[in-house]
Amino acid sequence: MPGPQPVEATKVTAAPVPPVAPVLRASGGEIPDRLFQSAMTVCGLAILGVLVLIVYELISRSSLSWHAFGFKFFSISDWDPVNEQFGAVPFIYGTLVSSLVALVIAVPLAVGVAVFTTEMCPKALRGPLSFFVELLAAIPSVIYGLWAIFVMVPLLGQYVEPGLGKWLGWTGLFTGPIFGYSMLAAGIILAIMIIPIISSITREVLMVVPQHQREAALALGATRWEMIRLSVLRNARAGIVGAIILGLGRALGETMAVTMVIGNRPEIARSLFAPGYTMASVLANEFSEATGDVYLSALIEIGLALFLVTIVVNALAQLLVWTVTRGQPARGHA
Amino acid sequence: MTDQVMTGVAVLTVLLVLAPLVAIFGYLLYRGIGSINWAFLTQTPKPEGEVGGGMANAIVGSGMILGIASIIGVPFGVGAGIFLAEFGRNRLGGAIRFTADVLNGVPSIVIGIVAYSIVVLYQKHFSALAGGVALAIMMVPMISRTTEEMLLLVPQALREAAYGLGIPRWRTTLSITLRTATSGVITGIMLAFARIAGETAPLLFTALGNEYWNTHANQPTAALPLQIFKYATSPYDDAHRQAWAGALVLIILIVSAVSAVRYVVRHGTFGAA
Repeated sequence: MPGPQPVEATKVTAAPVPPVAPVLRASGGEIPDRLFQSAMTVCGLAILGVLVLIVYELISRSSLSWHAFGFKFFSISDWDPVNEQFGAVPFIYGTLVSSLVALVIAVPLAVGVAVFTTEMCPKALRGPLSFFVELLAAIPSVIYGLWAIFVMVPLLGQYVEPGLGKWLGWTGLFTGPIFGYSMLAAGIILAIMIIPIISSITREVLMVVPQHQREAALALGATRWEMIRLSVLRNARAGIVGAIILGLGRALGETMAVTMVIGNRPEIARSLFAPGYTMASVLANEFSEATGDVYLSALIEIGLALFLVTIVVNALAQLLVWTVTRGQPARGHA
Repeated sequence: MTDQVMTGVAVLTVLLVLAPLVAIFGYLLYRGIGSINWAFLTQTPKPEGEVGGGMANAIVGSGMILGIASIIGVPFGVGAGIFLAEFGRNRLGGAIRFTADVLNGVPSIVIGIVAYSIVVLYQKHFSALAGGVALAIMMVPMISRTTEEMLLLVPQALREAAYGLGIPRWRTTLSITLRTATSGVITGIMLAFARIAGETAPLLFTALGNEYWNTHANQPTAALPLQIFKYATSPYDDAHRQAWAGALVLIILIVSAVSAVRYVVRHGTFGAA
């Protein structure tokens, strides 16, 4: 009789029906699923692989310099490629000082913008304002550098630095010949570059503060500024610190804009008017022209130091922001 | 009274922060607009010191390097994002997530060193491929995080409905979940693309730059940010003029990408491709 034939082996009537059920299981079921999961896992592991790759390559290629200089690499201040004397102190100093100057300028401005955007701004302005601040983050570093060379440095050299020298020269920070290309210039351009990051994360952190904290302060008779100071900023302290550290991490690794305005002189000077050199800048300037294996290895060792410092700083910052926003990572831009 | 003072201070900070933005865009337009002409967009650089020439090879070279970077970086990035969203709700996923966030903060010049180490030193020459690899390494953590976020936004009910209909997991993830999150995922890819389009440092000793036309991926190649850097630090005025023009071209490309992304995010409907 016509009709669908069952698959059991016992029933052998008319034409044998090809086994349908096992074929269905194989095509739509386990094997492709396992393959897919494996493929995606490989992609995920690739990220861990990238980290391992970076660490491995940096350590192995800098071993030559490490064996030649050891810990003295980080205490000598001579950078003399001709005589194969390599000491990284001027670059570490330059990186730290330029980043510190950047933070001193950027933090008040970034927190101010964040507070204004979340607490004081009329709602209609919030979107455009945050868009413009994030537009600052989208500008490439080399364009910041270009603008800094032709607009900021002349301004600094002709008006700002003479003024600073006259009024604040007694501090010892604003003395000496004025080139324009200086640690101060690097600090200022870095500040402009890290403001968007600090500001956007601070904004995220401020928005997480529960509304009833604000209302409680206002109900107790606080003015708006007192309310912001007491309930919002105080609550968001850890997150703001995290935002600042994240900005620091960005400033430490910033290369192009700093290279173009810092003057590229591997010496330590107290004055901010003096040219300097950062770890990232020396890599940018001298890497492609490094002659000799020790020279290249020394540069890669600087790269390793830079990598380790930024990893630690960024990991710390991510942890801080994570504890405040409960799981959302810090992002430099939305 | 303090309240009003602090409000004034806050407004002042906003003005101080927006001032460089206005200044930079203003100067880019002012100094660059006059120099963007057909010659600039179609000619290669003249020898240093001579007037004229253009950045055509840099624009094409950038396109090539970014293309290579995208071909390598986007599949791995989206794949990692899928892993984190669909299979990564565990300790391994947490470790990968943290690593990706930390990798996003690694200085791009260090990535350049790594690409130099694994590509240039083996090939014994600089190449666009090396530059593309460096930029791809930067793209993967960026894209993976945004893809993960977008996939997590897709309601679980959608996946469950698909499973209920008998669709296998791989099919559900690709045809249902990913398809729903397409506009968001593409947003993330374009954001990453816009960010690496302006990167100079990783290309300094991988792609190296080139004064002439080059369409081979295995040779040093010009790139727009590299040319801008070279011209900006050159002693010649004509080079400076071209640096401004190149910078304006670059910023137009990047701002278009970022604005398009914001438009899609705001106006694109959930799930519309």
